[in-house]
Order: sequence, then C-alpha cells, then structure tokens
Amino acid sequence: MPENKATTDGERQHEDNINDFSLTIGTVNGSGSQTSNLTLIRALFKMGIPVSGKNLYPSNIQGMPTWFTIRVNKRGHLGRAPQPDLVVAMCPESFEDDVALLPPGGVLISDDSIRKDVKRDDIIHYPLPVRKLVRGGDIPRSLTTYVSNMIYVGALAYILGIDQEMIRQALEFHFGGKEKPVRLNFQMVESTIDYCTENLQKIDPFRVEAMDATAGLKLISGNEAAALGAAFGGVQFVAWYPITPATGIADMLNYHLPILRKDPETGKNTFAVIQAEDELSAAGMVVGAGWGGLRAMTSTSGPGLSLMTEFASLAYFSETPLVVWDVQRVGPSTGLPTRTSQGDVLLAHYLGHGDTQNIVLFPGSPNECFQFGWQAFDLAERLQTPVYVLSDLDLGVNQWMTEPFEYPSTPMDRGKILWEEDLEQWKGKWGRYLDVDGDGIPYRTLPGNKHPESAWFARGTGHDEFARYTEDPDEWWKKMERLAVKYESSREMVPPPEIESDQKADIGLVGYGSADPAIQEARYLLEQEGISTHYLRLRAVPFTESVHQFVKDHSRLYVIEMNRDGQVHQLLSLDLPGEAEKLTSVAKLDGLPLSAVWLVEQIRNLEGQ
Amino acid sequence: MAKRKRKLEVNQVGLTKDQYQGAESTLCKGCGHESISNQIVSIMHEMNVVPENIVKFSGIGCSSKSPTYFLGRSFGFNGLHGRMPSIATGAVFADHTLKALGFSGDGDTASIGMGQFKHVMRRNLPLVYIIENNGVYGLTKGQFSATADQGLELSKQGLNPYMPVDIVREALASNATFIARAFSGDVSQLREIIKAALSHEGIAVIDVISPCVSFNNEDDAHHSYSWGREHEVAIHDLAYVPPREEIEIDYDETSTKTVTMHDGSLIVLKKIKEGHDISSRVKAVNLLDEADEKGILLTGLFYINTQQENLVSIKNLPDEPLNRMTEERLRPSAEALTQVNNALF
Repeated sequence: MPENKATTDGERQHEDNINDFSLTIGTVNGSGSQTSNLTLIRALFKMGIPVSGKNLYPSNIQGMPTWFTIRVNKRGHLGRAPQPDLVVAMCPESFEDDVALLPPGGVLISDDSIRKDVKRDDIIHYPLPVRKLVRGGDIPRSLTTYVSNMIYVGALAYILGIDQEMIRQALEFHFGGKEKPVRLNFQMVESTIDYCTENLQKIDPFRVEAMDATAGLKLISGNEAAALGAAFGGVQFVAWYPITPATGIADMLNYHLPILRKDPETGKNTFAVIQAEDELSAAGMVVGAGWGGLRAMTSTSGPGLSLMTEFASLAYFSETPLVVWDVQRVGPSTGLPTRTSQGDVLLAHYLGHGDTQNIVLFPGSPNECFQFGWQAFDLAERLQTPVYVLSDLDLGVNQWMTEPFEYPSTPMDRGKILWEEDLEQWKGKWGRYLDVDGDGIPYRTLPGNKHPESAWFARGTGHDEFARYTEDPDEWWKKMERLAVKYESSREMVPPPEIESDQKADIGLVGYGSADPAIQEARYLLEQEGISTHYLRLRAVPFTESVHQFVKDHSRLYVIEMNRDGQVHQLLSLDLPGEAEKLTSVAKLDGLPLSAVWLVEQIRNLEGQ
Repeated sequence: MAKRKRKLEVNQVGLTKDQYQGAESTLCKGCGHESISNQIVSIMHEMNVVPENIVKFSGIGCSSKSPTYFLGRSFGFNGLHGRMPSIATGAVFADHTLKALGFSGDGDTASIGMGQFKHVMRRNLPLVYIIENNGVYGLTKGQFSATADQGLELSKQGLNPYMPVDIVREALASNATFIARAFSGDVSQLREIIKAALSHEGIAVIDVISPCVSFNNEDDAHHSYSWGREHEVAIHDLAYVPPREEIEIDYDETSTKTVTMHDGSLIVLKKIKEGHDISSRVKAVNLLDEADEKGILLTGLFYINTQQENLVSIKNLPDEPLNRMTEERLRPSAEALTQVNNALF
C-alpha cells in the first residue's frame, strides 16, 4: 500500500482539528460511566456537531474494562474510527493498552491515582486528580463512584470547548428533570472545569465549535426506535425472552406501550407483553397470537433465533403472520454476545426445516427501525408469513442521529381476513388455503368468528386447500408450489433498496444495515482517490427488480457485510447466477463495527490500485 | 332407533349432538382417548355450548391428534411437540371471550413439554389443560414415557428403571389453580370434572389416565383399563351444578363441601375422603403419598383456588376481543407521534 495514502484515522488528512476527531473512554464497567458518555455525545449533538457514540462493553455486570468511542465529524462521517485521537483512561486494568491506542500527537486524559507509568513522550498527557476533585465536591458517599465519572466530562469540556449549557441540558434529559442528580453531576463538571482553568495548560489542537448540522435531528437507539415503530404499527402481542442485545426492544415496548396504547374507548390496554420462559415459548406465543389475528412480535438475537427454528417452520407452513426482530450479535454459539454482527442473514432467510424462504428486512438507521417497526406487520399480515427484521447490536444499542420519526404513510394492511359478513357474502364457501386471487395468498378466518363455516383446524401436518389433513403427494406439491408463488408475490411488496448513483461509475457497492455509515465514508474517501462508486443499500430479501437491475448495470460489484461468509453475497449470487462472477464479497467480522479505513483498503486493493 | 333419536335431539342453541362431532377418528379401537373425545362432544351438547365459542389446542402425539375428532365447528391449532401451552397463550389473547381447551399427552407434557407445562400453570392461563396419560409413546410405537411406572415391562423396551413423573404432583408444585385426576374408564366422574374445569377461570389441569390399548394395557400396568377399574378410589363424589340450576342434592353439612365458581356454578363434593381439603396443596400431596403406598389410583379434584387472577385479567384488556380492534384503536395519532418526537433528545 502506498505510504502517502490514509491508513489510519490518526494519520488521516485533518484539514484542521476542529469538529473532526475521535475519542475513546476506558472505564470500569458498572461504575456508571454510561451517564457521562451519553452526556458527552448529547452535549456535542446539541452544539450542532455530527456525533456518534459506540459502546464496546464486555459481557459482564461490574468490574471489567469497558470502552466508549465517540466520533465527531463535521462532514457527518460517523462510522467507527479505528484509532482514537484522544483517550480518557479511567480503568487501571486496561490503562497501558488504552495509552497504546494513541497515535503520535494524541491526547491522554487520565486519573492520576492510577499508579502506572506513561512511557510515551510522543503524546500529550493531562493527568487529573480525580480523588481530590471528588473529595472537594459535596457528594453523598454512596454516589461518589457515579458522580466521579463527571470529572472526565468536565475535563473534556475544558479541553475541547464543549458548551457547559449543553452539558446541563443533556443531564436534565438523562435524569428526566430530577433536580438533585442534575445538580450533583453538573457541580462536578463545573468544579472540574474550574480546576482545569487554573491548573491545566491546553497544548493539544483538538477542539469543537458549534455548527448547525444536527438541527431537526434526534439521538436515539435503534431498539427504542423499533419499539416505537411497533407501537405505531398497532402491535397487540409481544412475547420475548431476555437476551443481549435485543432486550432493549422489549424494555422500550414495556415503557412506551402503556403510554401510547391505552384504548381510547375504555382506557384499558390494547396490547399484552409477556416475558416468556425461553425463546421457544416466545415464538410459540407469537405464533398463537398471529394465528388468532393479532399483530404479534418477538425480539431476540442469534441464539434465540436458533431456538425458534421449529416454530419458524410451523409459521411458514401454516401461513401464520408474525414479526421477529433479530438484533444480531456475534456467533456461532454464545460467541461475542456484546459485539455487533450481520451474521444471521442466511439463518433468518432459511429459518425452518424443509423448503423455507423467509422475508428479511434490513433497517439501516433508527428512522428505518421505526418504519420497519410498523411496516413489518403490514407485510406479515398481507403475506401471512413470518417477517424477520435484522437489526444489530451497533444499530440497536448505540445512540444514532436520525430524522424525527414519520407517521406511517399508509393505513394498516390487515391482509385477507374474512369475518362473518364476508362469509355470508361468500355463502360460507371458502378454503383456508385456496389461492383465489392467483397471488399465492389465500384467505383466512380468525378464532371468534361466529359464522358456522368459519372454523378451520391449523396444523403443521400436510393439508389440502381446505386445511384438512392429507398425505396426498399432489396436494403437498401444490401447497409448496403455491408458497413459492407467494414468495414471488412478495418481491415487489418489500422495501426497495436505496440507490445512490449520482455520477458515472462502473463500480457498484452493495451494503445493508449498520454498515451504512462506513460505506458512505468509504465512498467519500475513494472518490478523493479517484475511485467513483455507486451504492445500493439493500433493505430486504427477496431482492426487488431494482436490485437485479443495479447488479446488471455495473461491471464490478462489491458486497460489503459484517460476517465471514458473505451471506448476502451468497444470496445475490444464487438469485442472479448469470451475474455472479461480477460480485465480490468484502466481508469481515471481528466484533467491531465496520470502519471506512478498512473498507477503502479492501476496495483499493481489489481495484488493483 | 333410540340412539339415533337422541343424536338428532336439538339443544338450546339449536344444535344436534352430531354438530359437535369432528372428523372420523384414526386412533386405535378402544383407545382411552376416544372416551374423552366422546365426553367432550356430549358435554358440549348438553351444556348448550356454541362451538364457535370454543378454541382447541394440542401438541404432537396420539392425544394431540384427538381435537380433530370433536368440535369440528371450533377453531383449533395442532401445533408442535410439547409446545401447546405457548400457542394457546398467544391465541387466548386474540379473543379472550372464547373458552380454550388444550389436549396433550404424557410425552407431550411431562417430557418435551415440561417447561411450557410448568410456566403456563405459573401464569394461570385460562385454559382447560387435559393430559391424556397412558405412560407410553404411541405414535412412535411404544417407548416409555416419563409417567411410566418404575418396573414397568414393555415388549421391545424391557424394564423401566426410572422413577415416574406424577403430573398431579407437578401441577401442585407449580401453583396450578385447578388440579384433578380422572380415569377414562370412569366416564361419569370424568364428565363432572371436565364440566367443573370449564367453569374455572384459570388453568385447569386434568390428568386423565387413558389406557393405550396397543402398547400399555397389560392387566398389571398402572395405566391399563383393568388396573384402573380395580384400583380407582375417588377422593369424593363430585357433582357439577351449572349456573341458575337449583341444587337438588342431599345436603350433609359435615361431609359435603361446595365451591362457588365465578360464573355462578357450583362444584359439590360429597363423601370427601377423610383428611382432604381441596384448598390445601399439602393435604393433596399427603393423599397421593398414601395412595402410592396402598397401590390405588386416586381420582377427583385435588386442589382448587378460585381467587388467583388469570393471565388475561392481569394484562388489563378491554372486554372486546383484541382481534376485532381496528386501526382507530390500535394506531396512536399523528399528534402522539409529534409528542414522541418532541420528547426525544
């Protein structure tokens, strides 16, 4: 690789060091540092500066090192930066490793009570007397550990020039306006700033300046956005089992549904949320509820999805609508349970035994988590089949800048349901699995229908068009062929891709989900090097005609994803065997969100430059 | 002729007994499960139940096939092995005004489905949960189930060295709110227990010893007809009195207990076995231990708790079924979304 090309963020072309750097904060987990970290990104966001924050945490509750990385970028490039410009080292255990992260010229802010030598003379070091500052504050003993994390917020506010008023606003939001914690935490920030003003000589070049790049935007996690989307999608039944990193969806449903979903007529709940005993049971409950005509969903991650397989197969075959959110983490097995991944694409698409093809959606932002939160129900009920929404830990758990949520653009689509009056009109003549309309989608009735011809017996065993048990070979084949027709019908119902092809380019990039920011930034960096690209952000399987066209229109395509085996690359190659030679997999999974720097390197090499 | 006439008899909801039948059974001739199916048909007809107001669930196995063979006009879901309770849980929320009946077997409940069995009881789902218990796996041709007695010998399987799971004890340990055991060879008691269970608002677990004529019906097998007939001892005479019906039963205050159900019906227990109290789980366990020592099949209502709130009630739903609700009541307004957006940072 040529020496003069950007290799790491530390050596990248800083135009200046204003609103363009990244920061890693190393703390002990369970010490309450999350409040400080969120306060920092919220304050920066309120200053109008594009910012992202990513939590890199161990699968542990208390006592192990944990990191939070903040990226500030005036151009809005917010993917993970592989190397920090500043390090806040508050965790004794990871101190040496954290110091080693810094490039020459980097900034180290540390707790001076950590008795470890800093053996580097190529960095700027600001030690902070954390204990002394805590003792100086009037803080109840039980809260000192938590509040002491505000010291690095204060120090960064001084060093980078973060607006104190914005810090106060961030704390007010965090504590829901509770006066006492806001005051205690803010006092710690202020007293640290006072200390720094008197004792700390700023000699580094990094600083922030207010912008207006975040006006109108919101900071929110994908999990909360998904829960809100489901609430506006009319979700009626939720069953779930705790699992990192999907638990936030259920937590947020439990928080928002009681506020948003009281029946306007009776004041009672129009929903039920049940914490199941395991994922098998959670899946079974949503199958039951979906069959009963409720908008039913569950949220899980890879291991839970594996457990749901048998029910997935039953739902596909019995044609039961339901929505499964898979907030992906690293597998196989327990894997890296607190790290992000796009490794469940093939599992979700084929989930079930026998011939199964499932609809999979890929939200790429919290805004899309909201949108798919409601839209997934429309698709599931229209197509009478499970819909799998594949989010991931990075998108689900971390705070992302996003447009305010938009009200659902279409009325609820409850699909082909026959009630008493419909059956009257049809003179009671109907078959649960009859393809009346030629789109592979039959009609269904729901329990509670009082028409004497309404009832049918759902089963996972072979059945004819009237849902009667049969082992007849022709009936079986007819059913499986119809399910294939139904899948084809779904192709133009699923969300189409977002395509960026503003200029002439031979190269097409294909990506999805939380890889988006890194791909966007990589396109910018590649363009600087004279490599123009078009970009298709995939939003669903099956692939729409526009996906096929994009592949056909380009001579070289790179399918970018966070897994080892290039799972979407495989699906695209299967879907378009004649084009498969043009498709190259650019896939990596090490538990970290994708970085533009790595991606640029890959594509540059593949392009032979 | 007389039999045919009775079949055509129209009940108060205008239905003949035939209209409570299902598809033709494919179970073995003489299967204990058939007797249970027949009683369901007969009870529903007698109690003037509208079949559309019933919803049936089952897992996998011989027992779980049976819901196909009765109540053809009721919705039903024959789900997965051991997972009947979870499907029922979700479906009950679709229309909680329906009466839910679950059918399972000893393999389906006490082996693969033990987890769901335990948790559905803990949640007190309004569900009549009937376990057709024969001690063997029938559909896979006669393997021991978890309820098979220790020392049971089956052809091809040899001797069962393991201790059995007792479904009634499991239910007692898991806070089920209605726990009974019946014998499919004792139809009169079975009928009364099922009727009482239908009036219970929470989970009603009925462990029905239901012989498998093909694989486990030797005279000395504890799940056989002959052993059951010779060793059954009822802990009381149980009579179910529907709501608004006058009680015409001899009333002996000392040996009779009456339980009033939420729908106004009564369970009248007479000739109660000494030492039993249907509100005491401990006493139920003592009776079961005693029965084991004596080598008898104890049947009847072991325990009832009509006070525990059921799962649907805990979730505070409107009276109208959720699956009838339209967009106006399910999708919050645009103003609500504006408020959500404004509340975000």
